[in-house]
Amino acid sequence: MSSTTVSTQVMPTKIPLGRWIKRITSNYVVRMLARAVFTIWFVTSLIFFLVRLMPSNPIEVYINELMVQYSIPYAEARDQAASLFAIDLDAPLYQQYFDYMVQLAHGNLGDSLRSPGTSVWQIIVTFLPWTLFSVGLGLIISFILGMLIGMLLAYKRQALWEPAVSGTASVLSSIPNYIVGIVLLVYLGVYWNLVPIHQMRGSRSPGIQPGFTWVFIKDIFFHAALPILTYVLSTIGSWILSMKSSTIGALGEDYVTVARARGLSEGRITTAYVGRNAMLPLITQLLISIGFVVGGSILIESIFVYQGIGYRLLSALTTRDYPLMQGIFLIITISVVLSNLLADFIYGWFDPRVRIAGGN
Amino acid sequence: MTTSQALMPKTGIRYWPGRFVRGIGRFLKLMSRNKTGFVGFLIFIGFVLMTTVGTLIVPKVTSADINAIYAPPTWQHPLGNDSQGKDILAQIVHGGRDILQMALLTGIISTFIGVALGSLSALIGGGFDAFLTMLADIWLTIPRFPLLAVLATLVKLDNMLFLALLLSVLSWAGLYRSIRAQVFSLKERDYIEAAVALDLGMWHIIFSEVLPNMLSYIAISFTFGMTSAIYAQVGLVFLGLVPLTRNWGVMINLAWTQGAIFFKDSIYFIMAPVTAIALFQLSIVWMSRSLEEIFNPRLRTG
Repeated sequence: MSSTTVSTQVMPTKIPLGRWIKRITSNYVVRMLARAVFTIWFVTSLIFFLVRLMPSNPIEVYINELMVQYSIPYAEARDQAASLFAIDLDAPLYQQYFDYMVQLAHGNLGDSLRSPGTSVWQIIVTFLPWTLFSVGLGLIISFILGMLIGMLLAYKRQALWEPAVSGTASVLSSIPNYIVGIVLLVYLGVYWNLVPIHQMRGSRSPGIQPGFTWVFIKDIFFHAALPILTYVLSTIGSWILSMKSSTIGALGEDYVTVARARGLSEGRITTAYVGRNAMLPLITQLLISIGFVVGGSILIESIFVYQGIGYRLLSALTTRDYPLMQGIFLIITISVVLSNLLADFIYGWFDPRVRIAGGN
Repeated sequence: MTTSQALMPKTGIRYWPGRFVRGIGRFLKLMSRNKTGFVGFLIFIGFVLMTTVGTLIVPKVTSADINAIYAPPTWQHPLGNDSQGKDILAQIVHGGRDILQMALLTGIISTFIGVALGSLSALIGGGFDAFLTMLADIWLTIPRFPLLAVLATLVKLDNMLFLALLLSVLSWAGLYRSIRAQVFSLKERDYIEAAVALDLGMWHIIFSEVLPNMLSYIAISFTFGMTSAIYAQVGLVFLGLVPLTRNWGVMINLAWTQGAIFFKDSIYFIMAPVTAIALFQLSIVWMSRSLEEIFNPRLRTG
């Protein structure tokens, strides 16, 4: 649009401000980014006000705890609590909220209550990578495997073994992930004694040097194996079923018939025509499942004592370490929002209609 | 059957017992069209009977028996005994009630919220619709289970109604989106426009034209609300964050905290509640397939 105006006039015409704004706001990328930022802000505020306005205000609880524990006067305990929560308790609520947001924008999440001297940020940095690693790998493996199996089922839906595979997929997709984890632990680890579960605890063996060495990589996979297996088993069923039905749908489309009539190779039809269109709805599902699986990591990591962020969140919850709890919840939200953002972009890349029309 | 036939008069006036029995007969016939769905339905009914009638037959075990710790199954104790020597079967029978109640309650409330907001949003449109859609998009990205876990430390979640309400509020967005889309597309259909043009009245349009076409969505979302409520409730109980009376989740939690999970003899103690939860979830998901076919005749095959 602007290129035509530039070519007809000597000076590049001034595009009215209104149109610039409209162009920016209707941009796919900008809208997605704005939504991501807004979501993070919304969740942060939600947690802030929940913690401050709850009947059993955790800050008051902590002040009382300090008074009893160290037998110090209220004012002193209050000061101590205030510094730990990174909050000025005398300021009005909106001022506290503003300060909290400013601190947060500087990356300051306060200090942990239960391990004094350690900042929440430090704890997150040590625990988060393991969750991202195990959940991410588990989801990628199950997504790819599930799509392949689903497509295979759609192509071979007359085969005798098809109902057995579909049935297994349907069972797997309905069972809660922690149940899958417990069953794996009980049978593989205890009843059949196939894997050394006690050695597999933790995110890596003690004393091992991190780095790009074969020993280290083998070690982290050894420790993450059961959580990853759980994530794969508990999510693969739904990928198989949805891929199967969307492939069957795509196979009946006119463009597939046309492609066949044009004499395209079956391999090209399968990948570029059927596969690409059939996987579109699955990407949206992946988007929603990321949040679900990261959220479920509390349960899975507790079952296998895998030291990721979910495991740490549970210990923060049981010891009532509020700043840590707040910080970890925020980080989980941010990682979910960012992965959703990524999924949105991938979707836009796969389906150009979304980018151009600016969503539905 | 004979009584219902006797009650049915030849004059054609319908008495409700006859209609009721015939209605159930038709329902069962439709349910049985989908084999998987029917199996799920039967298992679900089995669970309902177990938690209602079963609790009257199987006595509640209160006293521990030191001689029977982790005793293997016998005829008297078909599922063996737990770490305190209590009968496991009795605990399974008695431990399902609040899970079932909670699931039904959450299913009802979340379906109500989703349907109400979804249809309102599609009918009113404009800014209201845009606002709710944006809120739903954001809501869907909030990790629900961690939020629940955090909330459990801030508020006491021991009240069943409150927990059900909370779970429903947290899960409104998914159903809202599908109902909204459905109402939007229904609004444009010819038969709705015809009904509006014929001035059939608001109630007729809502209950005779729109709702029947949404029933399959509502049934699916109801079952989905149930399964996610069970997931969340048992998960919270398993982590020890929600104090509730003895149920399947508490049994797993006990087996877990007592280290029974790492003990070969205790396999029945841990696997009994695990199987109960898995089977219950599975029965609901399978049952939803039959329900979907009943309410959406286009899906019926054969």
